[in-house]
Amino acid sequence: MFRDQLKNTDFHHFNQNLRIMADKENKQYIIVHSAKYETTYTKKYLNRKVWEEPNFNNINSYIPGTIIDILVKVGQVLNEGDSIIVLEAMKMYNDIQMPFKGRILKINIEKGQKIPKNFLMMEIEPVD
Amino acid sequence: MSLKRNILDLRKRKDQVRLGGGEEAIEKQAAMGKMTARARIHAIVDEGSFHEYDMFVEHVGTDFDMGSKVLAGDGVVIGTGTIYGSSVCLYAQDFTVAGGSLGLMHSRKITKIMDHALKMRVPLIGINDSGGARIQEGVNSLAGYGEIFFRNTLSSGVIPQISVILGPCAGGAVYSPALTDFVFVVENISKMFITGPAVIKSVLGEDISMEALGGARVHAEITGNAHFYALSEKECFEQIKQLITYIPWNNTHKAKAFPPQEPKTKLKIENIVPADARLPYDIRDIIKTITDGSEFFEIMELFAANIVIGFGRMNGETIGFVANQPLVLAGVLDCDSSDKAARFIRYCNAFNIPIITLEDMPGYLPGVDQEHAGVIRHGAKVLYAYSEATVPKITVIIRKAYGGGYIAMNSRHLRADFVFAWPTAEIAVMGPEGAANIVFRKEIAEAEDPEAMRAQKVQEYKDKFANPYVAASKGYIDEVIEPQETRKILLHALRISAGKDVQGPAKKHGLPPF
Repeated sequence: MFRDQLKNTDFHHFNQNLRIMADKENKQYIIVHSAKYETTYTKKYLNRKVWEEPNFNNINSYIPGTIIDILVKVGQVLNEGDSIIVLEAMKMYNDIQMPFKGRILKINIEKGQKIPKNFLMMEIEPVD
Repeated sequence: MSLKRNILDLRKRKDQVRLGGGEEAIEKQAAMGKMTARARIHAIVDEGSFHEYDMFVEHVGTDFDMGSKVLAGDGVVIGTGTIYGSSVCLYAQDFTVAGGSLGLMHSRKITKIMDHALKMRVPLIGINDSGGARIQEGVNSLAGYGEIFFRNTLSSGVIPQISVILGPCAGGAVYSPALTDFVFVVENISKMFITGPAVIKSVLGEDISMEALGGARVHAEITGNAHFYALSEKECFEQIKQLITYIPWNNTHKAKAFPPQEPKTKLKIENIVPADARLPYDIRDIIKTITDGSEFFEIMELFAANIVIGFGRMNGETIGFVANQPLVLAGVLDCDSSDKAARFIRYCNAFNIPIITLEDMPGYLPGVDQEHAGVIRHGAKVLYAYSEATVPKITVIIRKAYGGGYIAMNSRHLRADFVFAWPTAEIAVMGPEGAANIVFRKEIAEAEDPEAMRAQKVQEYKDKFANPYVAASKGYIDEVIEPQETRKILLHALRISAGKDVQGPAKKHGLPPF
């Protein structure tokens, strides 16, 4: 009875239309241990984040939010740990500080501005 | 009052409850392309087999004028039925009643049927279609979720638990499906997320649609939260019914056996695999040359497609297949594919399903993103799951079995019961290209023509190591087999393994790397 019931239902190969097939025209390759393999990429692989060496002279937002206050001016020299920006995110005031002793080179934000994550807020340079 | 009047009164009461949130709400539900809670259950179970309980349960909310409101069945349908004759417990949230919101009595109904499923050792199917916590009932609603999560965990590995997302399932509610074995989603209908688009926009300024944030396709392809993706509710129900045929009632049983069948596919196993190990093919074609009736019920088809998992039958019995897929990302192991395979291996082990592993993989996916995403701890899950598994474990090495991947893919060293290799198998610490570059670095650098020297050394290495015989000479491979013998030999190995009985050391539980 079990088997007969199954026969009446066509449930082979759901989502056949969604199968990922090799595109013969537009070949994709992946290299592992110096060997080049023909294959296909996944959407997630294509959208992966490519690593970049961090530039410590850039003060980027680590969270999206609103600029509440800018506490410094271009040219100003500050010590490590001095507060430079107040960034509101998730209903919290985040105190953005100088990562090292340095000079403010450029300010790319205004008070009240809404910024996304990883936005270049300030550029600084180290001072001995 | 005569008995007849009592019966008529009962019928009236039941009909009233069956109407859920009323005709208008049902029309709205239909307009969203959604079936009603009871219609869904009836579409899943054998005709006439469903019995509903707790129809007359009423909600207990009194705050915010809730006291005067009548909520039919408190927005959830619970009951028992059969699927192809196998008993199941079910619940379905009724979106037409207060948006399927979860209050105290709603949760009590769900936990009642969950307790029942565990006690009776039968599968539990939960259909989620709910706006979330019933805010008016406050912390009682949170308590309800907690009681459900606890029971999901208690039942985990004892009875099969299936979650079907047929509407919104947001906030804390998502954690019940996440704790269950299999999650089904339907295009345009299923929505799962912790924080919705409105909150994300107001807090973070990111503008995203509900579908793009937590739609069916996203969970089937990107997050890996869903195991089965369908284009309609009907297709989804067929998937559930088919799954039920492959799994046992509980962890003390085996899945129901079917009459054995020969494979149906016209494909010849020896013609599917290109001799050049760098060329792709679809590993599912190999599986279909092995399984009864060439049937293969794939799980998580769209997520981490570089590894293929799913059920097939051999000699009528359910087998779990884990296979590298050269067609996608060359079949490498990475964070997602490791996670996908490891969970499936543990599922098979928990429910007495033998595992057949088909191996053809060049190693782990290189990249900073992978390393930083924790490919070490994710990759370790595969080692853990295979090592821990005590069900019959059989491996067939088709082509590449390099490095850590060789060890991870159910090698002899993780106590595979049988390891077979095709003559095309290459079991080595890495591929010939990479190995030659390291072993013969000096010779290649100092040669007049480094490229010619490299090619020569790659060939040398290939001749020496790119075969199954070195591993076979150490007993790591039990037998080198001809491709066309694969099914026959697997059937034999499964027969021999049928009474397998091994026990690990006693422990409370292990600490898999999650």
